[in-house]
Amino acid sequence: MLRIDDVSVRYGAEVALDGVSLEVPDGQVLAVLGPSGCGKSTLLRAVAGLEPLAGGRIFADGVDLRRTPTHRRGFALMFQDGQLFASKSVAGNIGYPLRLRRRAKATVAARVEELLDLVGLGGYGARRPETLSGGERQRVALARALAVEPRLLLLDEPLSALDAALRERLAVDLRRIITASGTTALMVTHDHEEAFALADRMALMRAGRVVQVGEPAQVWAHPVDVETALFLGYDRVVDGAATQVVLQAAGLAGAGAVALRRSALEVSPDGPLEGVVRASRAAPEVVRLVVETPALGEVSAVASTTEVAPGPGQRVRMRVIADRLAVVGDAATAGQVP
Amino acid sequence: MPRLRRIAGLVALAAGPVLVLGVFFVLPVSGMLGLGLWPDGRLDLEPAWEAITRERTARVAWFTLGAAASATVITLLLGIPAAYALYRLAIPGRRMLRAILLVPFVLPTVVVGVAFDSLLAADGPLGFLGWSDGPPAIITAMVFFNLAVVVRTVGSAWESLDPRPGEAAAALGARGWQAFWVATFPALRGSIVSAASVVFLFCATAFGVVLVLGGMRYATLETEIYLLTVNLFDLQAAAALCLLQFVMVLGLLAVAHRARRGAVAVQRVTARPRPVRVSDLPALLTTLLGVVLVAVPVLALVLTSLRDDGTWSLANYRRLGRSGDPDLPVSVTEALANSLRIALDATWMALLVGLLVAIVVTRRSYSPAERRVRGLLDGFFMLPLGISAVTLGFGFLVTLDEPPLDLRDSPLLVPIAQALVALPLVVRILIPVLAGIDDRQRQAAASLGASPLRATLTVDLAVVSKPLLAAAGMVFAVSLGEFGATSFLSRADHPTLPVLIFRLLGTPGEHHYAMAVAASVLLAATTATVMLITERLRVPGVGGF
Repeated sequence: MLRIDDVSVRYGAEVALDGVSLEVPDGQVLAVLGPSGCGKSTLLRAVAGLEPLAGGRIFADGVDLRRTPTHRRGFALMFQDGQLFASKSVAGNIGYPLRLRRRAKATVAARVEELLDLVGLGGYGARRPETLSGGERQRVALARALAVEPRLLLLDEPLSALDAALRERLAVDLRRIITASGTTALMVTHDHEEAFALADRMALMRAGRVVQVGEPAQVWAHPVDVETALFLGYDRVVDGAATQVVLQAAGLAGAGAVALRRSALEVSPDGPLEGVVRASRAAPEVVRLVVETPALGEVSAVASTTEVAPGPGQRVRMRVIADRLAVVGDAATAGQVP
Repeated sequence: MPRLRRIAGLVALAAGPVLVLGVFFVLPVSGMLGLGLWPDGRLDLEPAWEAITRERTARVAWFTLGAAASATVITLLLGIPAAYALYRLAIPGRRMLRAILLVPFVLPTVVVGVAFDSLLAADGPLGFLGWSDGPPAIITAMVFFNLAVVVRTVGSAWESLDPRPGEAAAALGARGWQAFWVATFPALRGSIVSAASVVFLFCATAFGVVLVLGGMRYATLETEIYLLTVNLFDLQAAAALCLLQFVMVLGLLAVAHRARRGAVAVQRVTARPRPVRVSDLPALLTTLLGVVLVAVPVLALVLTSLRDDGTWSLANYRRLGRSGDPDLPVSVTEALANSLRIALDATWMALLVGLLVAIVVTRRSYSPAERRVRGLLDGFFMLPLGISAVTLGFGFLVTLDEPPLDLRDSPLLVPIAQALVALPLVVRILIPVLAGIDDRQRQAAASLGASPLRATLTVDLAVVSKPLLAAAGMVFAVSLGEFGATSFLSRADHPTLPVLIFRLLGTPGEHHYAMAVAASVLLAATTATVMLITERLRVPGVGGF
């Protein structure tokens, strides 16, 4: 189990990590999610032993790692662009950590074959890294990281260097491989979809601090504040009097601000909200609208593609879909950090 | 804790090179300064000022600058069209022509001097020009020597230049020259300035060529320092001139650095060479002139070495192995053996120190303090760039001759000096290679369980091994031809080949001149072989400037 306890890292006067505390139980995947520059990569590097701590401690299985250099921590770090060794073949790369530990040649060869099969690259052993596609390289990097069954797998934006279609497919594979090997993992990413696809729990970071921790669905349903909601992909946040309008229309109770997805309002002839269409655009599955409403101002809405789409200037009625909105800062249910 | 350990590691790595540079660079240079400014233990600028304001010194200084400036201009005028023709046009055999233009650059300076001397001597093939000694011969030899710098530097920039800005200018109505001026020249400016500054620096510090061709009458600062030391024993005046030289070279480096900073960032592509047009004729003729300029002295050298008493024979080469000449301490082949042994020593020394320097300078800094230390070290290790080989040799001569460091008779003195001369070269080859390694490669290795040493072996050595071999070849070649520092330090009974060739030139006797020519061919062939092997490694950056 990894325990990060009140860890701070400074670059000169700049504070990159400010009192971060997190735990990753054995066999779980924790995703640290945040915009670029929030300190998440620094956190990963600090855990790997690549950044000196200005304060706090990091424990692995209860042992303080302060005096343990990177290469003795028994972790494996996987970079977003793989960082394969160009001078070694695919098999040479995957077998590298095994040879460092002086495993017998036959053992290494067998384990490399096993890992290549695990990541779906059987028969690729003799290839050179530069002949692989981006996705294949990441698989090799993953196999190399898993070769010695690390206590902790550290993933630095493992999929973000790949294109969208490949990313989705590899995310599923990655989740399968990590859970199949029972690996404990800490992953950082700025992509919430990546975090959802891979993680058991997620921690949101902003400006060097952790602002929210919880299961992905839970964090998603109850973002701790407005910025978090917007970062998670909510379209806009309404507050004040407008909150009650939305909540009543959705048939919910509550207070504070409400975050809306782009599809939270749907055109419906007997819906409780009314407005004038300002713009209309057909997307593959829905028609996306911008609607001016007296109560909420300009909001996004969707209409079904099966009917004739309402055009600009047309008056429409809309209903609010309860599971496409979230009450922000609902401390009772959100895993808020004190 | 890890921070302290890292800084301790940095200090330990840096300690070796710092010590080497301290003893073999700072000490000789300060000894030289002391001799010039602190004679008799107190500050006294009078003798130095007297030496600098001598009428002959002024003439020498002006000749140094004038010859270097003329040679630079001529080299650019010849080199830029040749760079265009050889790197941009689809000329059959252009690789061959490029290689021919590169030959002089690997020739030892003494050999170039001898080649021009034999070509322009009163009874030589071009004796009718009346250039047998004096400025035209010196300047031509400088151009011969440096043409490769311009062709190679400007050519490789031109080769990969995106042709589209020029095409855009043409599409807007610019004629050939106008398009060149608005689109091509700004993109090439950086490489031209960089080549020009390097050529000027090489010309202003040329030593062997000037000493052979100019004799006593036409001296540059470098040869004047040598003449004052060796012939006139006026060490104080020599030290004063070293100072002048030091200041001049530092000024030149500063100007070159500033000029290079203004370079425009240029899009690099692999452009295909263009078929030749009629309008390319001037460039082609200039290229031809350059090739002739390079080929003729080399051919003349080889032909002269094969003439004996008016007939063709190998007699001059047979004489090279003969010992027992009362005018010579050793035979030419023995001198070659000395040179090879010394080059071997100089090579491992320069590589060891250069590699350490490159590693120390390129490692990632984790704190501002560490970055400052690294910056200081970086500047310190670049100091030898600012000093000429002659000044270094002179400094060695005046400081390392008394206890505790009495190295006058040590066989390592010459290799150490040559290694220092070659050190900036090694550092310049290795730093870009090491700096190009993503630090995350080492981190990936460390996270997989590799110790720092093991990570270095896995990541750095794999990348650096080829450039290191190439650098070894370069140092070996430089050391074989090194004359500036060696001429001060070579022991009388253990001369290197360039030193012996120079001695042969100055020794009367019927066969000595012909032997010097044959020995030059031998030295040139040895150096060229080393360079050919190096070239085969195809390391980018080697041979570029």
